[in-house]
Amino acid sequence: MKILYCNCTYAKVVPKDVKQEVLRQLSDSGRAFDAVADLCDMSARKDPALKKIADGGCTKIAACYPRAVKWLFHAAGTPLPAEGIEVLNMREDSAEHIVKELVT
Amino acid sequence: MSRTEGRNLRVVLYEGPGSTPLADQDRYQVLSSLLDNGFEVTRPIAGQEVAPPDDAPVLVLGLLDGEPRVTADHEVHFRNLAQVNALDAAREVREATGARTLDAWKPWFPVIDFDRCTNCMQCLTFCLFDVYGVDAEQKITVQNQDNCKTDCPACSRVCPEVAILFPKYGKGPINGDVVREQDIQREAMKVDISTLLGGDLYGSLRTRQREARKRFSTERDESKALLERKRCLGKLKKELDIPDEVLMTLPSAEDIEERAARAKAKLAKRQARSQTVNDSRPAPSETEWGI
Repeated sequence: MKILYCNCTYAKVVPKDVKQEVLRQLSDSGRAFDAVADLCDMSARKDPALKKIADGGCTKIAACYPRAVKWLFHAAGTPLPAEGIEVLNMREDSAEHIVKELVT
Repeated sequence: MSRTEGRNLRVVLYEGPGSTPLADQDRYQVLSSLLDNGFEVTRPIAGQEVAPPDDAPVLVLGLLDGEPRVTADHEVHFRNLAQVNALDAAREVREATGARTLDAWKPWFPVIDFDRCTNCMQCLTFCLFDVYGVDAEQKITVQNQDNCKTDCPACSRVCPEVAILFPKYGKGPINGDVVREQDIQREAMKVDISTLLGGDLYGSLRTRQREARKRFSTERDESKALLERKRCLGKLKKELDIPDEVLMTLPSAEDIEERAARAKAKLAKRQARSQTVNDSRPAPSETEWGI
């Protein structure tokens, strides 16, 4: 199971304390992960890295609303597979909940 | 170059054999500063999966004893965090590799939820900045996202199916939150741009233009015309949450008429083409396109 963290760098829509705490605990966890500055930005650029993520098997994505993440990948021409992807919503859920879901 | 082109530099934060692991606080600081400055970061751990490499330029950062052995068929740079600051090193390699630099553009563009979209083309008809288009299968598509006006969610507000997302928007369901029954009811009740402007959008604009000309020619009363424009823009702003900056850049009535003519010509061309190829589907009517 891979882990992808989105920092939502280009906007302040994800609560700062949540994303910082998730990143800090992920950093300390001893788990391998990929972190991107901003999935929206990657989608806008149709970044080929999104295809690697979409095609890469089971992945937990810490970002924002699952509906937004799903269609951001689709907009980039690299739809996420129907199975094996779990999107965790840092806009709504607590850092504790997200971290627990990511690293367990 | 478009503001949406170019590859990001991928930074690999290496703590494996041939290096000294970072202190937790230092690792977090490096990660945080790199992400805040637009870099992508991978933290690999032996035996665990990360996204496979692609053709993006790579910078390996760590407390390195030497250069780790890597199997990559493209450019890989190494910098030792004992000697350099992580952010300085990433910026230097980004410059050297021609990777994309952080810009001030907030990634603001519509994202279509095709589970909800009915291809009604209201967004295409409504958007005055040519953001939308149709693909080869005559399906609505976001064609010119660079044209989209930052912080303007107006097209999502006129979508009858709540199918247009702006993930950077503050409120749901436009931000991608789940669409609830009350959202659908609100969308059904919300202002229809053509109603707002009195029925036919283009007809209304023509009428307004004629009236404005008449007013100017008879009364030469600029303040009245400006007041009228202000009133209309105020209504648009309130009902559709359109930012002032976008209202100020709205095209003129002439521009809109020209665009409508272009859209009609495009439609006629498509209609003609669909009759000449093996396409049994009926050509879309003007009504279906909302023109």
